[in-house]
Amino acid sequence: MEALEVKNISKQYAEHVALSNVSLTIPEKSIYGLLGPNGAGKTTLIRIINQIINADSGEVYIKGEPLNQSHISVIGYLPEERGLYKKMKVGEQLVFLGQLRDLTRKDAIIKSKEWCKKLDIMEWWDKKVEDLSKGMAQKIQFISTVLNEPKLIILDEPFSGFDPINANLIKDEILELRDKGSTIIFSTHRMESVEELCDSIALINKSKLILEGNKQEIKNSFRNHTYIVTHKGALNGSLASDFSLLGTTDLADDLFESTIRTTDKYGPNDLLKNLIDHTEINTFTEKIPTINEIFISKVKGGDSE
Amino acid sequence: MNKIFLIIQREFISRVKKKSFLIATLLVPILFPAIIGGLGYFFVKEKENASAKTLMVLNESQSIQLTSNDNYVFTPVTGTLDQVTTAFQESEDFGLLYIPEIDIENPQGIVLYTKTTPGPSVVNSIERELEGSVKDLKLLKYNIDPETLTKLNTSISLDTRISSAEESDKSSNSGIASTIGYVTGFLIYLFLFIYGGQVMQGVIEEKNSKIVEVIVSTVKPFHFMLGKVIGVASVGLVQILIWVTIMGGIYAGAASYFVGPTTTTNIEQVAQEGEVVQVQSGLENNPKIKKALDEIQNIPIVSIIFTFIFYFIGGYLLYGALFAAVGSAVDTPADAQQFMLPIMLPIIIGFFGMSMFVFDDPNGSMSFWLSMIPFTSPIVMMGRIGFGVPLWEILLSMTLLVGGFIFTIWLAGRIYRVGILMHGTKVNYKVLAKWFMMKN
Repeated sequence: MEALEVKNISKQYAEHVALSNVSLTIPEKSIYGLLGPNGAGKTTLIRIINQIINADSGEVYIKGEPLNQSHISVIGYLPEERGLYKKMKVGEQLVFLGQLRDLTRKDAIIKSKEWCKKLDIMEWWDKKVEDLSKGMAQKIQFISTVLNEPKLIILDEPFSGFDPINANLIKDEILELRDKGSTIIFSTHRMESVEELCDSIALINKSKLILEGNKQEIKNSFRNHTYIVTHKGALNGSLASDFSLLGTTDLADDLFESTIRTTDKYGPNDLLKNLIDHTEINTFTEKIPTINEIFISKVKGGDSE
Repeated sequence: MNKIFLIIQREFISRVKKKSFLIATLLVPILFPAIIGGLGYFFVKEKENASAKTLMVLNESQSIQLTSNDNYVFTPVTGTLDQVTTAFQESEDFGLLYIPEIDIENPQGIVLYTKTTPGPSVVNSIERELEGSVKDLKLLKYNIDPETLTKLNTSISLDTRISSAEESDKSSNSGIASTIGYVTGFLIYLFLFIYGGQVMQGVIEEKNSKIVEVIVSTVKPFHFMLGKVIGVASVGLVQILIWVTIMGGIYAGAASYFVGPTTTTNIEQVAQEGEVVQVQSGLENNPKIKKALDEIQNIPIVSIIFTFIFYFIGGYLLYGALFAAVGSAVDTPADAQQFMLPIMLPIIIGFFGMSMFVFDDPNGSMSFWLSMIPFTSPIVMMGRIGFGVPLWEILLSMTLLVGGFIFTIWLAGRIYRVGILMHGTKVNYKVLAKWFMMKN
């Protein structure tokens, strides 16, 4: 059973197409990265899943069920544009937001206190939000998102504005929630956190889905027979014509790092055989593209198409 | 549905808990009468303390006699008008009154010279002095005894009654009840601005603090708006009820303080002195006082309170929703200015309509239509209510008001749901229309 399935969603604002025929399949108990440049349609998609706006066409299913009002209680949502009531006390605020996610008042109080203890901000319970530091307020926003133990957690740029310590803290909480069985949709521009956290990714550009799948599989599919070799002694045109030298940097003391691409016909062993005759090899690794590189090549490629 | 209740509850509690609410709620009923009383006190005081104004009088008509009094000192001067005018310019006197030789049947050509433009009350009072003097001359001329004239003066107070088939005639209270109508109408006018402004302020704050998106992911924007509008309304209602209670308490306390003791002393005096009995009975027989007492007893307090609460809530919902829509569309209160005028204009028209047309003719066609149109009816109908309004008119007006606020809430909701999620957009009426038409 998929945690979330989006089928052929389209949405148009006046003259501008926000989403065109987008379908996604988000596996359960995974962290799913929703990527795309600004204005690609990510926020629109997230708002549709949160039932803030309606799609023009297409369906959304949560665990096989068509999206409806009862799903509000199983979703936790941390929007990019987020804030709190400044004049309200921390405790009251958490309880209020918990109740909006269909918790009873009693449960909301119990769960809020548990989380405040866990993140070590219990002493702020009776303080007004306006008296809190930004990092504190962000912790509270995070708590309010996960208060109802949501099965589906949607985080839009969750780390923006967090200091590294709090960012790590939240990262650990996200991983823990996944291990406990929640599915996390994670929209961000920060590729290093995608690289680190996501199990699957989807890339949306100009309202269209251009890539979706398991992160590792996608990365593998973007391998292009490129290898990084550190070696002693310059290569000096000693490579066979099937191998092209993309670049060399002089590391130190006759030690070089070269990037070499082969053609489809040859594997790494063929390259090694060729190199051994000319130079002494220190390291040999295949260059697997980073998500960042895939992102940029896909988005830019999309532009030229 | 219980989420709307949650929103209302939060809105209500967070506002009622504020210190400013407590201060306003407690101080207004004390400050308001105190300010009015204070102003009245200083007004009387100033009248008392004002030194008499000195007027030079160049009197060429020997028949008219002006005697100095508390307000004016008349100093007779002689010479030509030119000479006297020059003298007046150099003096510190308030004015120069030139009375030429006149015919008392047709007094013409009296001129008041002053250094600055005199207020109408000064002109009136000098005119009265002159008229009195001419009147005395005329009495003498026609051989009328002043005592006879006094006897000719009669005091009549017209008792207005509504003649209707259903009820026995009752006093129509055009005095006190209409004042109550005016005051309640004015209160609604005031509250529309105060609480409407609060709704707008609240929406802008939510937009700026960016709590909005979290909340609309759990409740429909329309319910969120409705909850806010109703929450603020309940704060207003509670505030009014507290004010009415406190003012009622002060009024009752003051009444028992002033009325209680005097009545008993009167009775004592009646028992002791025969003369006072006459005064007392004279007082009771005075038709004006009797009428005032009757009126107070006849004021339909319950129906006025009921209609006040209805028109307060109805008018507030009508305008509150519009204020919320404006708040949702803008990022700062300053941006809201351009959208405020069309909302404020009908409120102001309602207030001036009540002040002008209703008091001139409470059943005239302007009064009627303004009390039917939902945008002005909450204020104008309150102004009319004291004069007695046919039941069908009230019911029609109320129905139209309910229809009116359902319409504005629907309209505002369509703008609100889009505006609330928009940041940094430059908004004008065209954009609002686009949002309104946008599908969900």
